[in-house]
Amino acid sequence: MYKNGVGCLPCRFCKYSKELMTDCLEKQIYNAIIHYTINLVGNWHKLTYKETVKMKWRPIISVLICLVVLGGISSSLLSTSQIGSSSAWRKRPLHPAADILKVVAAVNREFSDSWKNADLETATPASVLAVMRRASLALHGTVPSLEEIREFGPAAQMVETTVSENDLLDRYVQYLLADRRYADYVSERFARVFVGVDTGPFLVYRRRRFQLWLSDQLFINRRYDSLCRDLISSTGVWVSDPAVNFVTATITDDSQGRPDLPKLAGRTSRAFLGMRLDCLQCHDDALGTIDLSFDGMPREALQTDFHQFAAFYSQASISLGGVQDDFRHYSYTYLGDEEDSLISPKVPFQSDLTLPAGSRRGQLATWITARQNRAFSRTAVNRVWAIIFGKPLVYPVDDIPLMGPFPPGLELLATDFSDHDYDLKRLIQIITRLDVFRISSRATFDVTSQHEHAWAVFPLVRLRPEQVAGGIGQTARVRTINADVSYSVRQQQQQDILSFVKRYGDTGEDEFEDRGGTITQRLLMMNGNFVKDRTRSSEDLNTAARIATIAEDDEDAIEMTYLCVLTRLPSETELHHFLLALKDVSPDQREPILEDLFWTLINSTEFSWNH
Amino acid sequence: MACQSQHHWNRRTLLTAAAATSMSWLTPLATKLVRAQELAPDSQAPAKSVILLWMQGGPSQRDTFDPQPQASEKYSGGVKSIATSAKDVRIAETLPLMAQQMHHLSLVRSVVSREGDHARGVYNVKTGFRPDPTLVHPSIGAVMCHQLTDDLEIPRHISMLTTNNPARGGYLGDSFDAFQVGDPQQRVPDVIARVDVDRDEKRRADLFGVVEQEFARGRLRNLDEKKTLHQLSMKRAVRMMASSQLKAFSLMDVSQTKKDRFGDTSFGRACLAATQLIQVGVRCVEITLGGWDSHINNTSTQASRSKIMDAAMSSMLAELSETGLLESTIVVWGGEFGRTPWLNSTSGRDHWPHGFTIALGGGGIQGGRVVGETNPEPKEDMQDRTADVVDAHEVEDIHATVFKALGIDYEQEMMTPVGRPMVVAQGNAIQELF
Repeated sequence: MYKNGVGCLPCRFCKYSKELMTDCLEKQIYNAIIHYTINLVGNWHKLTYKETVKMKWRPIISVLICLVVLGGISSSLLSTSQIGSSSAWRKRPLHPAADILKVVAAVNREFSDSWKNADLETATPASVLAVMRRASLALHGTVPSLEEIREFGPAAQMVETTVSENDLLDRYVQYLLADRRYADYVSERFARVFVGVDTGPFLVYRRRRFQLWLSDQLFINRRYDSLCRDLISSTGVWVSDPAVNFVTATITDDSQGRPDLPKLAGRTSRAFLGMRLDCLQCHDDALGTIDLSFDGMPREALQTDFHQFAAFYSQASISLGGVQDDFRHYSYTYLGDEEDSLISPKVPFQSDLTLPAGSRRGQLATWITARQNRAFSRTAVNRVWAIIFGKPLVYPVDDIPLMGPFPPGLELLATDFSDHDYDLKRLIQIITRLDVFRISSRATFDVTSQHEHAWAVFPLVRLRPEQVAGGIGQTARVRTINADVSYSVRQQQQQDILSFVKRYGDTGEDEFEDRGGTITQRLLMMNGNFVKDRTRSSEDLNTAARIATIAEDDEDAIEMTYLCVLTRLPSETELHHFLLALKDVSPDQREPILEDLFWTLINSTEFSWNH
Repeated sequence: MACQSQHHWNRRTLLTAAAATSMSWLTPLATKLVRAQELAPDSQAPAKSVILLWMQGGPSQRDTFDPQPQASEKYSGGVKSIATSAKDVRIAETLPLMAQQMHHLSLVRSVVSREGDHARGVYNVKTGFRPDPTLVHPSIGAVMCHQLTDDLEIPRHISMLTTNNPARGGYLGDSFDAFQVGDPQQRVPDVIARVDVDRDEKRRADLFGVVEQEFARGRLRNLDEKKTLHQLSMKRAVRMMASSQLKAFSLMDVSQTKKDRFGDTSFGRACLAATQLIQVGVRCVEITLGGWDSHINNTSTQASRSKIMDAAMSSMLAELSETGLLESTIVVWGGEFGRTPWLNSTSGRDHWPHGFTIALGGGGIQGGRVVGETNPEPKEDMQDRTADVVDAHEVEDIHATVFKALGIDYEQEMMTPVGRPMVVAQGNAIQELF
């Protein structure tokens, strides 16, 4: 099949890694399909009608077979949950590096000063368990398992008496970052920014493949600037060069096989520059909502800014060989004009930065990720902050003023990010080490929205649907649902989460908008199958049933249930209340009562909110 | 049905009262009522409800409400037209039952948009705005529920049979999202408690009396009312679970004869259930019928969909008319776009946003009228494909028309969460429909 040429190059990447080998294999199969189809189409006119009818099904069958094979390969080899051991964290030092602690101290000072200036009281540090829950929700999209609580929680201090609470949490964050679930979960958050949530154009866009690739990049902690350059300027086929899906995701039925330039320009400005240039597509900024002033030079945002920015993508074209760059020019009829204008690419600010020779997309990628372009670092920091807290430092997450004013911490974090190779894991370590992340969400003083706004208490934030689903899934098991549990359990878990999220209401790309609870959500939580299947005590593997069996006494059972669901111990009042419910009941009655306790805790505000 | 006190008042009463107290007391509600009366068509109370029949995939105007039998086969697809109960209005022969109801319905045969992609088209037609990556706009039902107050035990905004892109609350919040249900043959999802009544009550008592109390300690005052709305939505959900209004979703008590009239299809059953839902006070029901995306074998595909639609929609209009509900209920029929006026090489019709049909009637919108027309045989290589559309109307004009009939000031600006003022509808109401 390969003799005639299209995909017969020897693969020189295979020796490096399983992922790349799979890429290569997929590429060969893909090329083979294209080659076979082209051959078939090329010879079409030579066939008789009967042969044509007979032949008509062959490519379809071949393609179907190949798709099945590809699907199998993808799911078995590329399933990211298979790779990445969770034990790597053990090799890491317990304390963060000194330079990390230095940045943390500097950012803490900025927040502390801002509270002092606003005359705001601040909450005391949160418990280890509360911070563990936040970190797990932020980085794995689920609550800590009982197994993890036992290993990393306060109980560890009984074994290592010299370890401080901060040490415990630092170690837990390192563990979370070393686990494959971090890459899988956070990559989906970034994928929503880069390509949205739509299934997109059928033939030239592979969202799942893109997300898996992104997960791989996060797992190996690839430099964020390098990753973003790939997204903007890569060439190749959407299957074997997944970064190009950033471009192909914008193709629509109407765009005649070329990417949608305005869509790409808008997405690029929001994802990488924290600017909403979209409004400029049709007109100048009459309301003054977009400020392109830079270095003290006031400047209004114009329609030309948007289209000159979009022109960087004008040469991106799509063919069977994937995304390439040609020599197409971009023209557009500006508001008020009668004829098209030929538009040359131009960046909207900091045009003094040197653009390299090469493709227009390559030039744009270099400009966006240049160290001097602080908008890029700020945008990344604000996005990571939002993923961790569920709420961005600057709201909306993709609308950061070019010249400030900036909230406490943003500039320091952005500088550290660009000074340290755009290291995402380092950034996460810093943010999760900050006082504002480890502060309590409740206080002895009268908490107001001003306290939340200034991060003087940890803000209450509604969990995203997949965090709720992930939390319910983990709650139902005493053991951690990670790469060590069986493939089928994980697959089932993923399927169940997807259908739960669909019904619960996917937030789409607007992940950080505060949304009110819906009746549908409450009905689903109270009476839906997902919760029922995971709380019923008649299912031996469920935590409710396990606890009923393994708990030493009623108090132990209640405490374990609280730890599993809410990652905390019950208060005196709660313990007393539920002990009464369990008093003098027969073993048969005990399981349903624990099942009811599970239901009650899962349906609480506390379970559905980050706090 | 919940009492809707604004209907006991009219503009004159309000103005008289206002004059007596020098107008200064006018509350936002009173202002809204005055405005509602001003915007509503003369001598008609504003409509109360909307039923949106959503033809997912893009129905062909040539095969439904805008047949062109005089055109050549390539354009007409061989579809003939038939006379209807409305004078001079002819529709496709595949809709014989609808032909008897056309005096209730008007046709806008000149709708244009710039969205030829399914997802974008759905967004455009359901919200009246083109997709904007920085904002999600609310659908008609969400705006209605935001603007009009009710005390209903079941959701006021319902989406039936919708698998993708159900109507959303957008920037108004997801509490305005449509409540999704499937075929009325099935139970409404998740409204039955999984344990007996005593256990269920005990669970909730533990939740509200113990666990929620503990969580609220040391946090914002009135946490639930001001921020989380968790207990509030849970109490609403519990109220819904116990409500007799849930019966409106069910067809258990409906005679077989009536069910047969609507057609033995999920869409037919949903249309029948919609009449019951409107009766109990639901504001907006969206019902989806998919399968219209006929890139190949257009004529047979459209005919099979039309058959389902014909029985269900015509029976629904008849039912609403007989019960008097049509006077206060707007029925809208349409999809994300139309289909090309010509057949392609596989006898299909492709996406066509440059002149397609949306039908609407009831709730003060006149029936039996036709607005606009399209060229029977437009050139395929035209630069401006809307150039020969007579009396073209953008999608937003349909929205403005519906809001006008509802008495909602569609020129008012609502505020998005980031403080961006956003008009309710960008278009202009189509005057010929009133």
